[in-house]
Amino acid sequence: MTDTQSLKHVPLNDLHIAIGGKMVPFAGFNMPVQYSGLIPEHHAVRNNVGIFDVSHMGEFKLKGEGALDLIQRVTSNDASALFDGKIQYSCMPNDTGGIVDDLLVYRNSKDEYYLVVNAGNIDKDWNWLCKHNTANVQMQNLSDKISLFAIQGPNAIKVIQKLTDINLSEIEYYSFKIGTLAGKSDIIISNTGYTGAGGFEIYMNNEDAEYLWNKIMEAGKEYQIIPCGLGARDTLRLEKGFCLYGHDIDDNTSPIEAGLGWITKFTKEFTNSNYHKSIKENKPSKKLVGFKMIDRGIPRQFYNITDGKGNKIGEVTSGTQSPSLNIAIGMGYVKSENSKEGAEIFIEIRGKELKAQVVKIPFL
Amino acid sequence: MEFPKELKYTKEHEWIKVNGDVATIGITEFAQSELGDIVFVEIETVGEVLNTHDVFGTVEAVKTVSDLFLPVGGEIIEKNPELDTNPQLVNTDPYGNGWMIKVKMNNNDDIKNLLSSDEYAQIAG
Repeated sequence: MTDTQSLKHVPLNDLHIAIGGKMVPFAGFNMPVQYSGLIPEHHAVRNNVGIFDVSHMGEFKLKGEGALDLIQRVTSNDASALFDGKIQYSCMPNDTGGIVDDLLVYRNSKDEYYLVVNAGNIDKDWNWLCKHNTANVQMQNLSDKISLFAIQGPNAIKVIQKLTDINLSEIEYYSFKIGTLAGKSDIIISNTGYTGAGGFEIYMNNEDAEYLWNKIMEAGKEYQIIPCGLGARDTLRLEKGFCLYGHDIDDNTSPIEAGLGWITKFTKEFTNSNYHKSIKENKPSKKLVGFKMIDRGIPRQFYNITDGKGNKIGEVTSGTQSPSLNIAIGMGYVKSENSKEGAEIFIEIRGKELKAQVVKIPFL
Repeated sequence: MEFPKELKYTKEHEWIKVNGDVATIGITEFAQSELGDIVFVEIETVGEVLNTHDVFGTVEAVKTVSDLFLPVGGEIIEKNPELDTNPQLVNTDPYGNGWMIKVKMNNNDDIKNLLSSDEYAQIAG
């Protein structure tokens, strides 16, 4: 995917370049990885406010009497618990023991739902849903028509509140409202994000994206809002222990092994639910854990996790130097007997086994 | 972007300052800006005699890790001790306080293969 010719562009591609965004290929898109710098962007979100253009994400609309039934069959969480304006984190298990994708399920009304999926999985998810849509649920792939901004950080609410009459303090975590923002109607304002720093995600039509970006930047000026890239998004999510598809979960990992038992409800049937139920009942043989480095070194995806005597006990799925904690942290799968909090593990970095310790997720 | 005239350069984005048979080596402004915030510079080759193009260390940014290649063969006689506690010097002052190693060259002809500031500027564009 280094051939930039074949990369998709978000509607504000040129704007990002003009304001100093460093563009990289990500999930088939040309995306800003950073603007002023990963670390200042990270701190802006943790302590103040930052804005991400994450319009590469995919959005599907499901409408019709059978919509809930379809969602219940393909996702692991219990979507029947949703009510109008409520959002749920969930995943779509495949039929070979892994995960097609993780996603957000928005309930707009009894028969209308929105699914928000990872950019790199849009086609795969769409095909998967079509295959399972046996009751003629009306499905629309709106991914190329909708833009998405994440305004994140403790001051995000103050910035967005300046632009809307909707009382944002009444939108609870994982809830949304549809209304007017800076004069534009039909905007979805969602109390979600991938940073653990608080804030809102705003869904809009592509035509309104540039106008709303500028309005938000203007409103955020007094709070020193800055544009933030995918680099900071990754360090922010990792500090909170949020899984990233393609790293911590993928086609081969069970949600039970990934610590996603809380979104895997066996009170209903879904794709391959019996398999995951048996993993839960028999205790998984491997588990996703968080760890911090004791020795000096930075863990990266695919590095071996060892017992310190040269024996592999797992593999790193995510790792970074945490800008907030100033230590190197990571996540990875280890054998269950090595997964207890406090357990000493080793990360193989450039031929050396460096000491690390299993710690609770979230790190922060 | 600045590429001082008095320095030599490599395609791998290192700079070399020659003083007699001792070369001081670091990475260029372009390299540090591509890497982003540098959080760890690991150099464990002091005292070793290495060939041209051998890996003499690694530099870790928040998001990426990159090997450091030796542009001239010789003995690694010194590394910048400041980088242990202050690796971001490579970002803030790549040609000055962000220097990485000093090498006692075993063949001064190695310098001839290096790029001039102008030639390097073409690559780093």
